[in-house]
Amino acid sequence: MSDAPELSRREFARWIWRQLTSMRTALLLLLLLALVAIPGSVLPQTSVDARAVEAYWLDHPDLAPWLDRLGLFHTYTSVWFSAVYLLLMVSLVGCIVPRTITYAKAFRARPPKAPAIFSRMPASSVREVAVADVAAAVERARAALGRARVDVVEHGVIEEGGFTELSAESGHLREVGNLLFHLAIVGVLIGVAVGSLFGYRGAAVVTEGDGFSNVLTQYDDFASGALFDREALPPFALQVDAVDARFQLTGPQRGAPRMFAAHGRWSAGASANQEKRFDLRVNHPLKIGRTSVFLIGQGYAPVFKVTDAEGDVVFHDAVPFLPSDGTYTSSGVVKVPDAQPEGLGFQGFFLPTAVSTGKAEAPVSAFPAAANPLVGLFVFRGDLGLDSGRPQSVFMLDKARLEQVKTKDGAPFRVSLTPGQIADLPGGGSIQFVEVRQFARLQISSAPFAWLPLGATILGVAGLVLSLLIRPRRTWVRVSRTVIEVAALDRVPRGGRDLEEHVRRVQEAI
Amino acid sequence: MTSETFAQALVVAATVLLALAFVAHVAEWALGRGSDEEPPSAAMAAGIGRSVTVLAWLVLLAGVVTRGVAAGRVPWGNMYEFGCAAVVLMLAAYLILIRWWGSAIDWTGAAITGVSTVVLGASTLVYVPPGPLVPALHSYWLVLHVFAAMLAGAAFVLGAIASVGYLLKSRTPERFPRLPSATRLDEIAFKVNAFAFPIWTFAALIAGPIWAQYAWGRYWGWDPKEVWAFITWVVYAGYLHARATAGWKGRAAAILCLVGFTTFLFNFVGVNLFVGGLHSYAK
Repeated sequence: MSDAPELSRREFARWIWRQLTSMRTALLLLLLLALVAIPGSVLPQTSVDARAVEAYWLDHPDLAPWLDRLGLFHTYTSVWFSAVYLLLMVSLVGCIVPRTITYAKAFRARPPKAPAIFSRMPASSVREVAVADVAAAVERARAALGRARVDVVEHGVIEEGGFTELSAESGHLREVGNLLFHLAIVGVLIGVAVGSLFGYRGAAVVTEGDGFSNVLTQYDDFASGALFDREALPPFALQVDAVDARFQLTGPQRGAPRMFAAHGRWSAGASANQEKRFDLRVNHPLKIGRTSVFLIGQGYAPVFKVTDAEGDVVFHDAVPFLPSDGTYTSSGVVKVPDAQPEGLGFQGFFLPTAVSTGKAEAPVSAFPAAANPLVGLFVFRGDLGLDSGRPQSVFMLDKARLEQVKTKDGAPFRVSLTPGQIADLPGGGSIQFVEVRQFARLQISSAPFAWLPLGATILGVAGLVLSLLIRPRRTWVRVSRTVIEVAALDRVPRGGRDLEEHVRRVQEAI
Repeated sequence: MTSETFAQALVVAATVLLALAFVAHVAEWALGRGSDEEPPSAAMAAGIGRSVTVLAWLVLLAGVVTRGVAAGRVPWGNMYEFGCAAVVLMLAAYLILIRWWGSAIDWTGAAITGVSTVVLGASTLVYVPPGPLVPALHSYWLVLHVFAAMLAGAAFVLGAIASVGYLLKSRTPERFPRLPSATRLDEIAFKVNAFAFPIWTFAALIAGPIWAQYAWGRYWGWDPKEVWAFITWVVYAGYLHARATAGWKGRAAAILCLVGFTTFLFNFVGVNLFVGGLHSYAK
């Protein structure tokens, strides 16, 4: 009695497994994966553009929380996308492995025996003729069939009314193609999984004249696979000497980017004194061992010198401002926690080519190159919150305990500076816009085993072409003293009269 | 006349010629309606349509080549150029297939010239003067990746036309006496898509990721264009699989083929103009 539910549970599991690994389910899951990928192409994705997601929250305050609950802002790492992906993987492996065995068997199979009645085949021909040498006729048929796999069986004694049957099958490479294609899909799935488990990717902003060394703290953002050892980042360091950005100067595409490059030097851990030069351009990454360094963006880092109310220089550094549009209108903040008597914070924008349309109008950037640089900053005083221990973005001010500096009539105090200019601050101190530097945004990543999904895809295409191009054909020939019969069957029907032609050709060759 | 305006004039001329060829092919259908035998007037209209199409192809080819010379690079760096070059490939495929398959393909004249006129006309709406490209496109992969995508796209159009023909013919064969048999149409759609699919795989899943690794530092990043290229791949993979092994011929396969084509079309038009992302080279 107690066995019955146990058994049915096992049978149920087997039934589920059979359903899951059926070809139909695999195909449906593949289509489902395509379907669930759509939201990620329509809605902004945190991993692609976090700022676009924030903007979406502001524009759709009612809808956004629901979309967020469904994980639609990180579609490709969401629970349901992963679920479909994992189910597909299990289904494909469960479907493909048994199929590989079938394909392997089909590849080794001998041609099937000749049918009893040739005229039932899609194409056949009968010729009544006196055959002097049956064996020679069969050999001529074999020659006419080219590279097909051939079996010959003799029935009875020819002289006493017996006959010889020849069975041939061509196009076995189709099975090789099928095998290759299906194994390639498994290869791609494994390769992608392994690559994402052991890989890492991070980005860092490096200003001209500054360096970067490959340790976790130097990254602005960093993501790695579950099995990647974060302590094992390969040791190397690089120094960016110059960033070169060129833009279209004339014509309707004025301002369009034409060339980005970052020039500098790098050295690997052990040979720190052996510096090598690099010229990093888009499409031309720098390879350091298994790590690649990419130039994925650039922008401006104005250099500021801040003097506090006591006359000490408390800040002198380049500050990257993040570009937000095609003319490189950029925004950023300057944090001076060491200013006395109170910390100073600046928030504002940088315009590479500032143009003012009127006295009352705010200036805008007219061109992405730094032809007429201008910074505009609002000033804050107080506690910048850097000692609170909470992590802060370098591109945002925590204004919780800051007070905005105002003019006498109560309007926000604003400084507007061109390179070299100094502005005195109300309450003492000054800020100088020393010069403009450029920064390079670098991506440093390692994608191990990338050759596996790539190689598998290439093999898969090769297999696919074989399985689509090669069409297996079976041919049978029966020769006796008085009759030559030929029949043929295409396992994948071809159009036209190709099969009849083939039968006629074989018949004539005999 | 500068080479830029000359190229543009050639494209406009080709558009007009294709519109005329379309009119000729529509006349061919109108004149041949209701009769199983093609009347001489319909045959003449078909001949005119064919000749004008060949002429349009030559003019358009000259326009695309001139454009490439004017820009100093391969002429498929933005949406306008992609449209023009893809029509060159599509017409080439159509004219070659007429030689190979004859009556099995020549009925598509009206559809092919109509689609070509629309694609060229729509491309003119996103016209940009020839010029150098943004840094991300400075790569040899531009030649391979985009050419493969155009070639596959051209074949997808032919496959979709054959599938529409199949759906029409299989429902009311008596109304379309001049179409090839439904079986033959199904076969043509399969052949054309089976040709396109490996090329699409190369464009979207081999050349694309390799180039993305060089340009953006990752093989695959779920950019909207990548998502839709993947969707197209999956649907056509389903179509070929169903058609080849499951013996799923007929209407279901034809509809799957059209779904696949729609996703391709959306990727080309919708993602370029309305969705954005890293592949936004329309303008």
